[in-house]
Amino acid sequence: MKIALSWLREWVDLPTDSAVLAQALTMAGFEVEAQQAATVPFVGVVVAEVVSVEAHPEADKLRVCQVSIGGAERFTVVCGARNVRVGLKTPLATLGALLPGDVRISRAKLRGIESEGMLCSARELGLGDVPEGLLELPAESELGTDLRVALALDDTVFDINFTPNRGDALSVLGLAREVAVITGQALKMPEIDALPVTITDHVGVRVSCPSACATFAGRVIRGVNPKAQTPLWMRERLRRAGLRSLGPLVDVTNYVMLELGQPMHAYDLRQITDHIEVRMATPGESLRLLEGSEIALSDDMVVIADASAPLGLAGVMGGAKSGIAVDTTDVFLESAWFAPHAIAGRGRRFGILTDASSRFERGVDPTGAVRAMERATQLLVAMAGGQVGPLQVEHSAAHQPTPLAIELRPSYIRRLIGIDIESARVGRILTALGMRVDATATGWAVTPPAWRFDIAQEADLVEEVARIFGYNEIPEIDANLPQRPGHVPEGVIEGSRFSQRLVDLGFYEAINFTFVDPLWQRQLFPDARPLSVVNPISAELADMRVSLWPGLLKNLAENVRRQQSRVKLFEVGSRFIQQDTELKEINTISGLTWGAVWPEQWAVTPRTVDFYDLKAEVEALLCAAGETSDRFVAETLSCLHPGRSARIYREKQAIGWIGELHPEWVRLLDLNAAPVLFELDAQAISQALVPHAEELSRFPSVRRDLAVVVDEGCTFNELRESVTVTASSLLRDLTAFDVYRGKGVEIGRKSVALALIFQDKNRTLAEGDVEAVMRTIRARLQNDLRATFRD
Amino acid sequence: MELSDLLASGLVEIAAASDAAALDQVRVRLLGKKGALTEQLKSLGALPSAERPAVGALINEAKNQLNEALTAQAQRLSAAAIAFELAAGAIDVSLPGRGLTPGALHPVTRTRLRIEEIFRRAGFAIAEGPEVEDDFHNFEALNIPAHHPARAMHDTFYFGDGRLLRTHTSPVQVRAMLTNSPPLRLIMPGRVYRCDSDQTHTPMFHQVEGLVIDRDISFAHLKSLLRRFVSEFFEKPLEIRLRPSYFPFTEPSAEVDCQCAFCEGRGCRVCKQTGWLEVLGCGVVHPNVLRNCGLDPEAWTGYAFGMGIERFAMLRYDVNDLRLFFENDLRFLAQFARA
Repeated sequence: MKIALSWLREWVDLPTDSAVLAQALTMAGFEVEAQQAATVPFVGVVVAEVVSVEAHPEADKLRVCQVSIGGAERFTVVCGARNVRVGLKTPLATLGALLPGDVRISRAKLRGIESEGMLCSARELGLGDVPEGLLELPAESELGTDLRVALALDDTVFDINFTPNRGDALSVLGLAREVAVITGQALKMPEIDALPVTITDHVGVRVSCPSACATFAGRVIRGVNPKAQTPLWMRERLRRAGLRSLGPLVDVTNYVMLELGQPMHAYDLRQITDHIEVRMATPGESLRLLEGSEIALSDDMVVIADASAPLGLAGVMGGAKSGIAVDTTDVFLESAWFAPHAIAGRGRRFGILTDASSRFERGVDPTGAVRAMERATQLLVAMAGGQVGPLQVEHSAAHQPTPLAIELRPSYIRRLIGIDIESARVGRILTALGMRVDATATGWAVTPPAWRFDIAQEADLVEEVARIFGYNEIPEIDANLPQRPGHVPEGVIEGSRFSQRLVDLGFYEAINFTFVDPLWQRQLFPDARPLSVVNPISAELADMRVSLWPGLLKNLAENVRRQQSRVKLFEVGSRFIQQDTELKEINTISGLTWGAVWPEQWAVTPRTVDFYDLKAEVEALLCAAGETSDRFVAETLSCLHPGRSARIYREKQAIGWIGELHPEWVRLLDLNAAPVLFELDAQAISQALVPHAEELSRFPSVRRDLAVVVDEGCTFNELRESVTVTASSLLRDLTAFDVYRGKGVEIGRKSVALALIFQDKNRTLAEGDVEAVMRTIRARLQNDLRATFRD
Repeated sequence: MELSDLLASGLVEIAAASDAAALDQVRVRLLGKKGALTEQLKSLGALPSAERPAVGALINEAKNQLNEALTAQAQRLSAAAIAFELAAGAIDVSLPGRGLTPGALHPVTRTRLRIEEIFRRAGFAIAEGPEVEDDFHNFEALNIPAHHPARAMHDTFYFGDGRLLRTHTSPVQVRAMLTNSPPLRLIMPGRVYRCDSDQTHTPMFHQVEGLVIDRDISFAHLKSLLRRFVSEFFEKPLEIRLRPSYFPFTEPSAEVDCQCAFCEGRGCRVCKQTGWLEVLGCGVVHPNVLRNCGLDPEAWTGYAFGMGIERFAMLRYDVNDLRLFFENDLRFLAQFARA
């Protein structure tokens, strides 16, 4: 909310330095986000009076005026404004004046007549765009006075960020109350007189939902001058608060809201059929709002209705039909108290947040409706005349919130903020905030004022005490750490260790949004049923990811577009899988590698990454868990190359995938080589074995090489299994050191060269021991896998 | 030949031998079975017995000298051979190393790990929780009932069935309090979501929240912790100031400004000349939240705080555009390769 210091100053004395005030307010919880001058600077503009007006001999639309600024001297000024007339007091930009937008006023001929200055509109002075024509100054304005002085334009406007709990401070009155407490000044509450009632006209008011509307004050005012203008001083205050002037009737309601915090509404009396009823809306009812949209009402919304239809959404916005028109002379003014629970969120359903709704949903002073009505009456009649009808008040005392006394203990203050605050000081602070403070045996019974909706329990009072005492006056105290050694489970590998290992292997970490392009993801994973956001930030970020690959592939494509020749990326994060009705958030480690195996360099032969490069890197992650039996089993996934993909198992559990991107996708992404991807369940691979040291053998090992010729379809897994099952405990290690196809091996077969290492813990192996084992291994391979052997 | 001449010419020959083979030939010529000196020794028998000891001593003396010279020359030759071999094997050490170069953690992760580590050393444990949450854990339990104006502060992504994307990591606090008994001393890092996207907002970002619940934990403890935290994070002593603010789940609540780490409070472009940077929100845990989580506010008190990781990463690493964090441009990521 924007508030001009000149207005605030009428209600409470302010420090002369606005920066001091801004700091004090900020440190009391009212953050001054910006301090601005009330107007754009200009110089050389004074109050002038039009002494004579004559037609311009050369131009129909121009007038030649004689203008006085108080002395004997007269200035000839050519002017095109329609409202120029003899006796009008208006600003004159004298020769040499500098106006907003760097406009310099100099002697100038207009159609042959020299003008010695310019008469100004509000717009030309940066004072808003209404009304059109010359700015009309009050008749009592003193001629020759600098306009900035005459209109108190050298004023500062604070833009204050109000927290949602302090609706009570959203007004000049409310903020002045806070300033008074912070600075120790007294609040200067202006008198508000009730004008005498001059007519008996009224509208019947019925409140059928008093729990939503405990007070409804209304009043008929007839004979308001529809041509009257809002006086300049009020226009200026509204402008400085960021509101446009919309004519006296609307301006008065806005002004009173800004001043007292009580939202009001003015209805065109002609549009009210028979009576007013405050009631809950019935489903199926609709309402066209002032701003033009048509909304469907529901039964948890309060409406102000007449005998035929809803006239407005209570506490949010009035309807278009009963709004003030240019010819409105008779009005019905409303000043009501709506309960926060009855207003909160209603406007937001239609994307509407008004000055009224933001106040009502935070809480408006339930005792302020009548005061606001009298204030509005007084201002309106002074500005635009009219006969005043009787004040009508529908009030349900039972539904008006009554503040209850809250117990406050000194010990509780100490527990929450850490120090004792002197009793007298606590009492002074709370009393200054308008609270009733009664001493009790244990401390105080504190009754908050009606306007505070944020004080419900003891902690709320502690905050008030601490806030005014000053957060920065509270000392720092170190807490004693409990003497408790930490829990360091060795069987769980911390996620950051996997990340670090990938970094060491040359991967860069990416972070993508967890919502992805639905189209993109559904093409990659046609079988997935992703969770969709109802209100996405954009259509491309609407589905929760079922894999981290959509994000990483997008990153790959973008980096390739930026001319990278080598991309290694990984990401750690959740993917979201719906199984039946249950949602699984699976913490996942994924990565991809594409392009050259090594960064370009002088001493290696360039080569493009393939499945086995990434497999080694995945194995480097898996082995963090210790001796495990991880298996890579050929399985297919729609987005992977069907012959170059594997599912990864640990024991019986599937823990991830690895594979080359499907050639179709490689083409779609316009890549010159296929990336290889992996995805691992982070939780599954983080379960580690605590290392267990075994006795080392002191006896030499024996190596035997075996070239096994098997069918192409026979996997290394099968070979290894066959060998290890047969080999007894003597086999310590088994690796494949060559795979050969070609001369000497039939088509459709391949030769796999195995190195077998044998060792015994207790003795040196004899030639015969090893030969015996090798014979059984050969026999088994022959039998199981139709293996033959090469020398 | 005279013994003295033999010795002199022998020493010259030894010194002239240019490799091990030549040197061995010299040795054979002089000291071999048929060598010159060996011949001299053999001729000793022809001398009168009275002269034999003196001449014999002279010959042995010469033989010793030649042996010493041979050994010395052999060492010289072998040292020269090694030196030659080394010189031939010299390489250009300025050529780059071969093989892989390490990658880098994302700056957000790097920052998160640092923040975690700072708090771990203060005895905090790490807690995590789901990102798809329900209304109870994200709002209700945190003293934000339906229609509460504070919900407007959290532009929430919904799934239409009551589930939503958490708007803060506070639901992890709720889960921690519901499942563990105090004292608690926890740090909760994670991704959070707000329906907001512009220059300074991304719909997903990262938070770290902290929670301490104990017998008599107060605002004064919180102040001490947070000042020490920002000083450790920026590695310079920085003051903090607390501004009263409002969060439904804490009372009292505060926004925390720390002295600008760039100008140390003098005022600069980063702090918009104010000398202060807004970096954290915090407060004393609201009694309603304690009650909602099954804790008796008369028995336990606590504090909570929260910060945006991206904000800290931007300040720490001079990143001037939030969106860079989610573009995953390798040129950006590679700048964080320093361990």
